[in-house]
Amino acid sequence: MLWVDKVLGSPGARVGAILNIAFVPSSFLPFLAIATGDFPHTLFYGPPGAGKKTLVMALLRAVYGAGVEKIRVETKPWQIELPSRKLEVELTTISSAYHLELNPADVGNNDRYVVQEIIKDMARSRPLGVDGNKGFKVLVLNEVDRLSREAQQGLRRTMEKYSAACRLVMVASNVSKVMEPVRSRCLCVRVAAPTDDQVMEVLANVAKAERLTLPPAFAARLVDYSARNLRRALLCLEVCRVQCCPLREDQEPQRADWELYIGEVAKSILDEQSPKQLYLVRGKLYELLANCIPPELIMRTLVMELLKKMDDEIKVETVQQAAIFEQRLQEGAKAIFHLEAFVAKTMSIVKNYMVSCGFA
Amino acid sequence: MSGQPWVEKYRPKNVSEVAYQEEVVNTLTRALETANLPHLLFYGPPGTGKTSTALAIARQLYGPELMRSRVLELNASDERGIHVVREKVKSFAAGAVGPPAAGYPCPPYKLLILDEADSMTQDAQNALRRTMELYSKVTRFVFICNYVSRIIEPLASRCAKFRFKPLQPAIMAGRIEHICEREGVTLAPGALATLSAVSGGDLRRAITTLQSAARLGAGHVSSETLLDVSGQVPGEVVSGLAAACKAGGATRFAALQRLVSNCVAEGYAAQQVLLQLQTELLSDRSAPAASDPKLAEALEVLGAADFSLTVGADETLQLLNVAGQINKAYAAA
Repeated sequence: MLWVDKVLGSPGARVGAILNIAFVPSSFLPFLAIATGDFPHTLFYGPPGAGKKTLVMALLRAVYGAGVEKIRVETKPWQIELPSRKLEVELTTISSAYHLELNPADVGNNDRYVVQEIIKDMARSRPLGVDGNKGFKVLVLNEVDRLSREAQQGLRRTMEKYSAACRLVMVASNVSKVMEPVRSRCLCVRVAAPTDDQVMEVLANVAKAERLTLPPAFAARLVDYSARNLRRALLCLEVCRVQCCPLREDQEPQRADWELYIGEVAKSILDEQSPKQLYLVRGKLYELLANCIPPELIMRTLVMELLKKMDDEIKVETVQQAAIFEQRLQEGAKAIFHLEAFVAKTMSIVKNYMVSCGFA
Repeated sequence: MSGQPWVEKYRPKNVSEVAYQEEVVNTLTRALETANLPHLLFYGPPGTGKTSTALAIARQLYGPELMRSRVLELNASDERGIHVVREKVKSFAAGAVGPPAAGYPCPPYKLLILDEADSMTQDAQNALRRTMELYSKVTRFVFICNYVSRIIEPLASRCAKFRFKPLQPAIMAGRIEHICEREGVTLAPGALATLSAVSGGDLRRAITTLQSAARLGAGHVSSETLLDVSGQVPGEVVSGLAAACKAGGATRFAALQRLVSNCVAEGYAAQQVLLQLQTELLSDRSAPAASDPKLAEALEVLGAADFSLTVGADETLQLLNVAGQINKAYAAA
């Protein structure tokens, strides 16, 4: 089992103690709620690697006991009868006897029908509790921020109407994309990323549990690299252990291939600004896209790499262009156009700046 | 199980209980007395009592028993493209009415509530036009929406329009105090003002926030817990960001970058940050009048960023752009 799953995946008592330190007090609101016999619809939001899913699993465990950890993964096609046609969508669900987890945004444009038909169907049928009083089930919806507007509209009334038989637990990383009417129906829980000190503490605890000595200088670099993302920190720690055990003081955290690659792209943009260079960069961008790196991530990482290397004077303008092209990326259909447009624009900004400084 | 949310528990049962919407309530009460109802169109911001009013009308007219057969509620969770309008709505609208129930007015028509009607397609709305007129003897329509501009004109002109206003702080305070009394919650001084500030006239949001805060504080609600559970960004974070935006200096961009990435890592909603940043910038009374053009520029940037976020742009980049642009505006003397 990966360390990250050991720590983040199971809400058991031992790791619970490690994690307790990493959350802000209001993250425990739903736990206080269920302690008073109440279970509102809940929306967990926060950056990746902050522990949203960990909290969800811990919450389920607090309600139903260890039974929720016996999970079953299923991928099956669903038939949806529409007035005009028959629609078949394939959906992967993770379920236990008490809860069901699904990612409705996976089906793309048809997510509306998933919400309207499948979720409503599940919400409508009431499970029989063994002890008779917990007669509701929990639906965990991942990535609700990726749901289309229509699908979110569909959630609104479902959440009110079937709240006796079904509670929704939703997870989102960009809460701006969850519409206000849905938010106002939930207990919204902000899950802040652990601070650098907290990441350090968790790393130290894990190292101790795995009987590993963690050199302080290396740990500091690892924390810095993780950028407050606990998942990233733990995965990287394990990778480094595999590379070199015992860990050395001067070891560098192993960065992911695609990150290094984007770093190269940024470097080539700043090295030379010409149509030929643009052509080369396009090839690299295609390569990244072909390896299923999400275009938004490419854009964001590229900007951060560029900012590291470029002069202060042109940073503001570059970020402005990035913001514009990233928005177009979301609205448009073909990612490569917008990525390439951004690269071309950046090259022009850099070139103009060099000319104005008299370098070229 | 005490699990019922307070919002549902204290939903008004009668039209007269609906808070603050006097004109609406007066007109509707009179209409209910004569049991003569026009087609209705309710519009207004979330949490002002639109759905509650519609459901209360249905309950008062038919009583809980008959409501089942006489009222059809369709909302965005139901498929309601043009096919549904043609088949389901039409067949419900066309059906004859059954015998009345004792003790309620039970006028000889049915009620069709179309909630969240602004998410209906144009085609579906068009298909309703003739249906509404044709069956107006036996069916009344109630449309509920946030944006009246998304309802096509021919439909809107067939209805009596009612605008629901955002609730005034005083009215909201009355409701909140009533609930606090019933639930045994004590409010710290100043908490009421905070609550009406964070909810912005949305009673549902106010009650949900109150319930969460009451849970966290075990029955005692203070301003701090309210701010914590309502997803507000702490004041010092916003004022720090605003100060950095106005500051000059060589390393200013690095400082902005650090503050922004901190904001994102803490999980604050970017739109909330923008909103509070705007309040912060506007509330700076010491600023000379000469800085007004800069302020205008800053506000424009905020507006553009809010739009971008709504269509789904990346939070980090947008916030960084806002910070950078405002900084540029203030740096340009």
